[in-house]
Amino acid sequence: MSTAPIIEVTNLHKSFGTNIVLRDVSMQVAPGEVVVIIGPSGSGKSTLLRCLNGLEKPENGDIRIEDRSLMQAGVKITEIRSRMGMVFQQFNLFPHLNVLRNITLAPVQVRKQTPIKAEELAMSLLGKVGLLEKAGHYPASLSGGQSQRVAIARALAMEPQIMLFDEPTSALDPEMVGEVLAVMKELAAEGMTMVIVTHEMGFAREVGHRVLFMEQGVIVEEGTPQMLFDDPKQERTRAFLSKVL
Amino acid sequence: MHFRFEIIFDYIPLLLKGAALTIGISALAIVLGSILGLVVSFGKMSTRWYFSWPISGYIHFFRGTPLYVQILIVHFGLVPACIGHTDAIVAAVTALALNSAAYTAEIYRAGIQSIDKGQTEAAQSLGMTSGQTMRFIILPQAVKRMIPAFGNEFIVLIKDSSLVALIAAPELMYWSNVMRGQYLRVWEPYLTAAFIYLILTYSLSKLLGWMEKRGVTG
Repeated sequence: MSTAPIIEVTNLHKSFGTNIVLRDVSMQVAPGEVVVIIGPSGSGKSTLLRCLNGLEKPENGDIRIEDRSLMQAGVKITEIRSRMGMVFQQFNLFPHLNVLRNITLAPVQVRKQTPIKAEELAMSLLGKVGLLEKAGHYPASLSGGQSQRVAIARALAMEPQIMLFDEPTSALDPEMVGEVLAVMKELAAEGMTMVIVTHEMGFAREVGHRVLFMEQGVIVEEGTPQMLFDDPKQERTRAFLSKVL
Repeated sequence: MHFRFEIIFDYIPLLLKGAALTIGISALAIVLGSILGLVVSFGKMSTRWYFSWPISGYIHFFRGTPLYVQILIVHFGLVPACIGHTDAIVAAVTALALNSAAYTAEIYRAGIQSIDKGQTEAAQSLGMTSGQTMRFIILPQAVKRMIPAFGNEFIVLIKDSSLVALIAAPELMYWSNVMRGQYLRVWEPYLTAAFIYLILTYSLSKLLGWMEKRGVTG
């Protein structure tokens, strides 16, 4: 089994104006691994995730995805992104396209799939997230949980190697969180490499292979869910967990 | 006041011919101005100063100076410099299109920038280029929001096209002036012209209202 990391972040530094968001962050993700990032608001966890597919540009350090650096001049960022799905807190479905077209647009335009092949895949993904009957609907008619499941199907339609989740359940009503987490759990069980920023501690413990705790732009502590939740080594981790658990 | 309908009937063929030219000039200027305006708006939004600065200057000039002055500059300066002699209709279309582009550019810019940033991020995260993002995600949503502003701009343009009578482009206002000169009457030519302009702008606003409604439902 190969142990070469699929994501490798080295000494990443990022600031917005005078506000330093990431200080010298390094981390690795192995293929098939599910890494969950937790931490208080403003800790830099979302920024770290957004750096991974180039939505934020770090000032210093290196990010390698499948051994290709994002920081190199002339790197084909669109190509790297097309192999990496991203799910956003606010879903960001395309409101002018129906569910099916939301899912097929990128495979047809970016991967140059035939519309028929793209639709076949889209329908099978809609089946997987339990929304086959919504194919012809527009995003405005979907609930939050349904929207997020469509967004996951849309990202999966590119057949990515990695899935990034940026607080996927934070904008959902409580009764809809479960349906989205169930889809993510299934993905994890299939061996998808996933990096998840979340406030769902129960989910992190159950599904995560490894948990990172971030605060003030640094990774304070990392380990298996058991290590981090049951026996945190750092005082800051303990303080955070006592507030959220 | 005695309103002489018979002189209106005398002049109706010329006034209609003028109105047809008004429609032609306006329509051509709208089409050219909208295309140029899209290009200008991309220039304005460019992060490269050698695009955005000249474009800003262009927008400031055409929004900050009277259309009357612009028409004269184009008619006596720009058009002769380009084709060797001047031509009232070419000058009229050019001046109105250049002027309109400066306004439609701002409509495009406002429409494009009103689309949530999350839309761009979602498109990019799927591997789309910025061109694909603009074409498939941003513009289709932005155009819908731009329709009311475009409607206003087109109506303004039809009304402003009356100014090209100054350079003797034989449109509606030109023939109204001729009519006044022949009969030395004020009410008949100008009220008739006003009435025809009203029909044009009213039909256009109805058409755009219909398009907007249709655009929203699908």
